[in-house]
Order: sequence, then C-alpha cells, then structure tokens
Amino acid sequence: MNVQLFALAIVDGVSYAALVFLVAVGLTLIFGVLRVLNVAHGSFYAIGAYTTASVGGAIFAAGFSPWLAFPLMIVAAVLVGTLIGGPIEKFLLSRIYHLEDVLQILVTFAVFLILEDFQRLVWGVQPLFEATALNQLGTVTVFGITYTAYQLIFLPVVAVLVLVGLRLGLRRTLTGRLITAVTEDREAAITIGIDAEKVYLITFIVGASLAALGGALASATTSVVPGMGADMIVLSFAVVATAGLGQIEGAAITALMIGLGRSFAVYVWPEMQVLVPYLIMFGVLLVRPQGLFGGIEARKI
Amino acid sequence: MLKTILNTTTALAFLTTAAFAEETPAEVKIGITAFLSGPASVFGEPAKAAAEMIIADMNANGGIGGVPVSATFIDEGAGGEALLSEYRRLVESEGVDAMFASISSGNCTKIGPLAEDLKVLNIMWDCGTQTIFEENDFRYSFRTQANATPEMLSTLLYLLRTKPDFKTIAVVNQDYAWGRDSWAIFSAALQQLKPDAQVVAEFFPKFGSPDFSTEISRLQALRPDVILSTSWGGDLDTFVRQASQRGLTNTSTLVLPLGESSLERLGDALPAGHIVGARGDHYFLHPEKINDPAFVAFVDAFTEKTGDVPTYPVFHVSQALAALKGAYEKAIADNGGEWPSDEQVIDALEGLTFAGLGREVTIREDHQGVEDQLLGTTIRVDGYDFALLDNMMMFDGEPITTPVDQVSSEWLQTLTPAFIDSVPVDTFQHNN
Amino acid sequence: MTSILSKRWLLVFIVALLIVAPIVAPSTQVLLTLALAKSLAVLGVIVLLQAGQVSFGHALFFAIAAYGAAFLGRSMGGGEILLNLVLGVVAASAVALIVGLFIVRYRHIFFGMLNLAASMIFYSFLEKFYYITGGSDGLSVPRPTVLGMALERAEFEWILFYGALLLVLGALALTHRFLTSPLGQMMRAIKTNEVRLEYLGVSSRRVLLAGYVLSAALCGLGGALMATAQGIVTPEYAWWIRSGEFVFIAILGGAGSVNGALVGALAYEFVKNYAAAFAADIWQLVLGTVLLVVILFAPNGIVGLSQRLGNGRSEKEEAGQ
Repeated sequence: MNVQLFALAIVDGVSYAALVFLVAVGLTLIFGVLRVLNVAHGSFYAIGAYTTASVGGAIFAAGFSPWLAFPLMIVAAVLVGTLIGGPIEKFLLSRIYHLEDVLQILVTFAVFLILEDFQRLVWGVQPLFEATALNQLGTVTVFGITYTAYQLIFLPVVAVLVLVGLRLGLRRTLTGRLITAVTEDREAAITIGIDAEKVYLITFIVGASLAALGGALASATTSVVPGMGADMIVLSFAVVATAGLGQIEGAAITALMIGLGRSFAVYVWPEMQVLVPYLIMFGVLLVRPQGLFGGIEARKI
Repeated sequence: MLKTILNTTTALAFLTTAAFAEETPAEVKIGITAFLSGPASVFGEPAKAAAEMIIADMNANGGIGGVPVSATFIDEGAGGEALLSEYRRLVESEGVDAMFASISSGNCTKIGPLAEDLKVLNIMWDCGTQTIFEENDFRYSFRTQANATPEMLSTLLYLLRTKPDFKTIAVVNQDYAWGRDSWAIFSAALQQLKPDAQVVAEFFPKFGSPDFSTEISRLQALRPDVILSTSWGGDLDTFVRQASQRGLTNTSTLVLPLGESSLERLGDALPAGHIVGARGDHYFLHPEKINDPAFVAFVDAFTEKTGDVPTYPVFHVSQALAALKGAYEKAIADNGGEWPSDEQVIDALEGLTFAGLGREVTIREDHQGVEDQLLGTTIRVDGYDFALLDNMMMFDGEPITTPVDQVSSEWLQTLTPAFIDSVPVDTFQHNN
Repeated sequence: MTSILSKRWLLVFIVALLIVAPIVAPSTQVLLTLALAKSLAVLGVIVLLQAGQVSFGHALFFAIAAYGAAFLGRSMGGGEILLNLVLGVVAASAVALIVGLFIVRYRHIFFGMLNLAASMIFYSFLEKFYYITGGSDGLSVPRPTVLGMALERAEFEWILFYGALLLVLGALALTHRFLTSPLGQMMRAIKTNEVRLEYLGVSSRRVLLAGYVLSAALCGLGGALMATAQGIVTPEYAWWIRSGEFVFIAILGGAGSVNGALVGALAYEFVKNYAAAFAADIWQLVLGTVLLVVILFAPNGIVGLSQRLGNGRSEKEEAGQ
C-alpha cells in the first residue's frame, strides 16, 4: 500500500466516521442521562432521512432554491426529534424508568417495530433519493480521485461542530449543566430540586434529533430504504459500547476508529469490512471492560 | 405399527381434498408470495399491484375457463417460518389450486421440496437461481421465466458485441447468494469468451450497504473500462448515484443487468452510454409491444395506479398468470371440455407456450422457462426525466439457456469465442 | 400454594391442547413444531434472566447448532435426527464455554452487547463465507432418519412434533430442577446480590458460566430442532432481531418461570403468523403493540397474568367462605 492509497483510505474513513458519530452520539447522550439503551434510535435516523428526502423532493420540484436543502435538514431533524421523540419519552419511556434494564430495552424494541411499519405506511417501500444538498457543494479532487465536497468536507465539519457544540452546551448553558448534574448523580440532582423529568425529556429530544440529523445528512448520499434503521442501530451500539456508555468524545474517537478500520479493510482485505466494527468492539472490551473512556462504576452493595 | 397409524391419519387428511377435484370450482384460488416488507419490496409491491390488475382484467373477461380467479398474498419479508407455515396453511386449509413462489431464490429452494410433498402446482414466478432445476427433478414446480445463466450470459454477449475491445473489468455486487452466483456465471463465461479480459477488482459490499465511497475511490484509482454490478433496489441506486456524483460514470462503462428496475428512480443520476438489462425482455417501452394497444393501456393503467412505470417483476407475474391460464385452458381442451384435475393441469404446463406482457415463453421438459433477453444502452430523451434504452438487443433465449440435463457451471466451460456471434439477436433503436 | 397449583394447571392445560391440536387442526402442526423449537431457545434466555443478565446474541448458539446439524446431515447424506440434536447441543455448549469465559466477566448492558457482537460476527461470517455456508440462501438440511427409519414427510412431521413436545417438557423439568438446585440458587443470587455471593467464597463468574453453557445448550437444542423441522438454515438464524425475538418471547410468556418459554413461544408464533397472514402490511406494528401492552400492563407475562387471575379467583372464593 503506497502513501497515496493510505491517504485515500484516511479520507474515506473520516467521512464515514462523521455520519456514524452523529447517530452514535445521540444514543450515548440518551443512555448517559436516561440509562436506557434505545433500540428505536435507528428509527429516528431512518425517519429523519425519509422526512428530508420526501420534503426536499417536494419543495425543489416546486422550484424553491436548492440551498434550502441545508436548513431543511436541521428543521427536519428537530421536528422528528420533537414530534416523534418527545411523545415517546413523555408518554412511554417515562413510565418504565423503574423497570429492569431488559424491559426498558424491550419497550424501545417494540417502539422500533412499530416505527418500522409506520415508515412503510407513510413513505412506502420504493427507495427515495434526494441529493440536492450534495450537488450544491460540487466536487473536490484529491490525488486524482474525485470526491464530493459534501462527504469530504461538509460532513466532517458538521460532526466536529456537533461535538464542540455539545461539549460547550453541556458545560456552559443552564440546561446543559442540569443534564450533566442528572448524569453524574440522579438522586442528588433530584434532591437539590432539579426537575429530572424535564431533563429527561429534553435530553431524549436532543438525542433523537441528532439521530434524525444523521439520517437527514445521510439522505443526500444514500438511498433511503426500508430497513436502513436496523443496520444503523447495531453499528451505533458497537460505537457506544466501545467508547464507554455516555462518553461523547469517546464516541467521536470510536467512530473514527471504526470508519478508518472499515476503509482500510476495503483497501487491504475487503472480505473483512463488515467484521471491523465488531472486532474493534471485542478487542477493546476485552482489554477495557468499561469501554475506552468509560469510568468504572461503583458497585451497588 | 406406528407407521401404519401415521399413514392412516395422513391418508384421511388428504382424502377430503382429493374427492371433488374434477367438479368445476367456484373459483381458482392462487397464493402469491412476494416481499411486501424489507428492501426487496421494491419488487414485491409492483408485482402485487400488477397481479391484482391482471386478475381483475382476467375475471372481467371470463376468468379461467369461465371460473373467476382470486389471489392471496404472503409476505416473504416476514421470515422463513412464517412463509413456510403460511404456504402450507393456504394449501392445506384454504385449498389453494396453485401457488406462485417466490421472489427470493432462497425461498424457492425452500419451497420446491415442500410443493412436491403437498402435491400443489408451484410456479416459481421470479426467483433466478439456475440451480433449482439443475439439481432437482421436480414434478410440481415450474419456472415461467429465465434463470441467472441466460440473464448473465446475455449481459456478457451484449457487452462483447457493443464494446469488444474492453480490457479491464471490476465488479461491485451485493454480498449474498445472487451477487456471488451471478458473478460466478459471468466470470466463468468471460474467461471462455474473452480470455484476455483482466478482472482488476472484486467488491462484495454487504447487502443494504448505505455507502460505497471507499469502493468508488478505489475504482477511480484503478480506472477499469467496465464496472459490472448485478445489485438491485436501494443498493444499486446508491451505488450508481454515488458513482455519478463523483464522476466515475464518465471514466468507466457501467453494466447493470438489473438496471431496468431502477431506471425511473435513478432519474438523471444515470447518464447516457451505460448498459442496462432487465432479467428477460421486460421494458415498459418494449420495442415490439409499443404499438400494441393492450400493452400500452396496461402500462398507462399501471403507471396511473402506482405512480411508477412497470418494471420486470410486473412482467414476471404477468407471465406466471398467463402460464396458469394457458395450462388450465389446454387441460380443459384435453379433458374434452370438462374441468381438469390438478394433475392434468400440471401435465399441460410441460411444453406450454404462453405470453405475458412480453414475448412468448416456452416451458421446457425440465420445467425451466425459455425466455428471450433484452439489453440496451442508456440514452437521454426529451420528455423523460430518466434514462431510456437505445441500441437494444433481444437475444434468443434457447441457445443461451443451459441445455436440459446439464449443469451451468460445466456447460459454461464448453463455450468458445465463436459462441458470441452464433446467438440470434434482433436489434432495435429507441423510437418514440 | 395456589400459585404453584395454577402454574401447573396452566401447563397441563397447554400440553393437553398441544397433544390434540395437530389432530384437530393439522395445518397448525408445523407452526407448533417451530414454536416448540423456539421455546427451547427462549428457555435458554430465561435461565440467564434468572441471573439478571440478558443476552441480545443468543441466536449465535441457535445458529451454530442449526448449521452444525446441516453440515452433519449433508456429510452423511441425510443423517440421523438424534445425532443432529446431540451434535447441536454439543457444538453450542462448546462454543458457549469458550465465548462464555470472556463474557461472564461482564454484566448488564455490556453482557448484552458483547453477546450481540459475538452473534453479529458469526452472522457476518455466515453471509461472507459463501462457498462454505451457502451465503444468504443458506444450506438445505436433508430429512434425517429417525432411529434408522427413513420416513415420508407426513410421518416424519408427526414424529418431529411429538418428539419436540417431549423434548420441551424434558427441558422444562430439567431447567426447573437446575434453577432450584444450589447452583441455580447461586445464579439467582447474581441478580439479587452478587457481592454477597462473592463474600460467601463463591466465584460468581463460574456460576454464571455454568448457567451460560446450559442456556446455550438449550438454544442449541432448539436450533438443531428448528433446522431439522424447516429443512433449511440461513444466516437469519444468527441475526440480532432473532436474539431480540427470544428475549421478547421470554417477557411475553413470563421470564419468572420456565413455563413462560412454552407459553410465550406459542402465543408469539400465533400472533406473528396470523398478523403476517391477515395484516401483512402491519404485522410488525401488531407485534410491537402486543409487546408494549404486555410490558406495561402485564410485566410478568402471560404466566404471571394467569397466576394473577388464578390468585384473584381463589381470594374471592376465600372471601366468599
């Protein structure tokens, strides 16, 4: 493998990692605060993609400016997070926080099943494709290989912005501090009068919106098809578990590892490509059972 | 002792269904398995819509021998157990007269032996694996379309006739049985018909892969003359889109044997000059049918109903229905005008010639259909916001289908470059 | 007393129903055989749930046994059903012993996720190594002989059904035995208070490993039975949704008792099958809703529900006296 191919593999890996990170970070945020592993997270990803692709298709066909594709993604993500994620937390998850882990996971699994059919009923089964945003940004040539600026530059930039934004938001804003407080010590936070219910709701909406944003961004590069959420959720689980549950920076670094691992596999040994995320996860957890960045939880006695 | 009890019980269970077979029934019941969920529902949903339209039309015109037809659908996407038990339920409890199964080759493989045991007419209406009738000797199963061997062989023939000088080829197929099998057939034939062609890369990204960026980077570095992809549905759409966004479609010729089913969805992502096939002579602007009012009326009605132009699964289900109708009518005639028994209908299917929406298909003695294959090169035409086909070639199905009692993998080894020009072909230009 | 009694009555009632079902309604026979096979795997998941651990990857053992049976049958040109089952159990247990050595170090989410990863690696392997495993089309499993007798399909299916019923009853009894044994009690202690267990000088990892291997063996038995009944194995056997399905069924039936596996599997197969048949467009929606309703309103599953009803009645009777 020469230097050029090496550089290409890195470039490919980074743009893939950016998308994976956006979805995984929402999952890890939700887990950090709510302590629920949300299987339905993949559904938000898919619904975000469907909403963006279908609404985008309609408004561009009606002759609106193609630059609207970018604000549309944000609007779609927030709407999906609020209108679908919000009620799910408020009316369903809020009733199950006292249940065992397994029941909580199964509730989100049930939501996942229901949302799968919801997508089919609303959007049908034909693949959707809406690449206006990607086409607006044109292409870039690196080492004689043409890339889309969208994948090469825009997606990694968005991922970094989200990472920095989340970190600053959690440290500097009041809501962010409340979220951090509940994450660190739920009981203590409630004792000092923090409205944990509200914090849960906001966190879930933010996490779901991030997944939907991941879907919205992906919709410009990939066909939006039934079943896309199921694949994404397993990958996100791998990222979140490898990084350590609730670890935001960890999710970024793990996504990068998985992205790079995957693209190097395509260059060196394509047959291994699908195994890469799981092998990384297994390898990391064998050495560090709490994940790369996870702290050791005090055992309850 | 145990065996006798069991035999008696099962004999009793079968007795009820056998007794009234020759009385004219109130309706001919068929069960159709198709993907109504999951990625392959891009094939199942149009086929279901088409089957409903064609059956309604048949019933308006006297059904089959005066008996109306009714269809029940089973979702192949619900998984193997649900499919097999629902299949049995339709046959054993609902008394279905014929089953159409299925889209997935894996499901066809599962159902073939089951249909033998249930003694029910089973029309393999869409699946493509060539091994079904090469490895089994089924009485009750028939395939009313071609299989993977003629489909891939005709693709190669078209490529060799239109682009005989290509030197390098790469493949990007879905990582599952069809992706692997189709490449095995294509590459075996390529080695015989153009031994100097060089395979520079073989990619099998996982089924349902959302991103082909890395594969495309490598293909751009390798610059193969030809890139074959037998993918379909969302996978094919994503691959072609990402390839065209990054200019790969300007430097390499894409060869897409299932491209016809994605033409409309791909829109302007698929530029002119790429090779597209249709798993048979399936094309909504079928060059021989384009002036046939019935064909045009169906295409218009289908587009009106579903919002999409009909694709190959629509043609396949039309062929299965035409075969069923043809077999019943032939069996009725052979039976002196009386309603035939199930076994008589099955006898009638062997050697039957029928036509669905496309050209005529003939069922061989090994129950494999012989179907002509249409391929073309994309062109852009005013009035359509997606690519159409030009420079179309219709290959005669007979010489490109593995002969009866031979196995494709061995038969392909016997081909020589002289084979390329020996296959009869009709050519058509886009004409609208 | 009442609860044990009502549990027993429920089981007796269901077994009686199962014995006559294929005679009264022959078309349900295959469905019931598959449900029985699945209930064995669910039983495996329930064993681990006693220790408070949930695996989202037990389809791994189900698939290993199924493919083992397929390879064995194919290499012997048919094979013998007893060998299929034995090999399935042995293969699944052996793999569980190796995988388990690592996995029993983890708890809760990590336990679940590592199992998931292990099963997904095997799933990818099945899809990838096409020339060995047949890829996504899978491998066909030839119909085996039964104690050396070659049977026709109909007879074979009768034997398979009643054989499966016996196997399930045996497995239920055995698992119940295990859970009430000292080892089983220690396993339950992992859920309630693992630290105390360690203070008692018991290696909780070793206890969990024993439970893990037993649960994998049960999954293996189910997988080998399923492969034999279906006549085909596909990578779908190892897919994460199938692991999720096992957990789903365990909760549906009632994870607190071994009978939940049988009750849950029967209920699940029927809901899924009839939802897929009569509401083909929304069967996942129906399943999801059923699951939600069960968790929210009957968290102890169908078995728990029937017990509650049973208890309610006996209390009323007592009050009446």
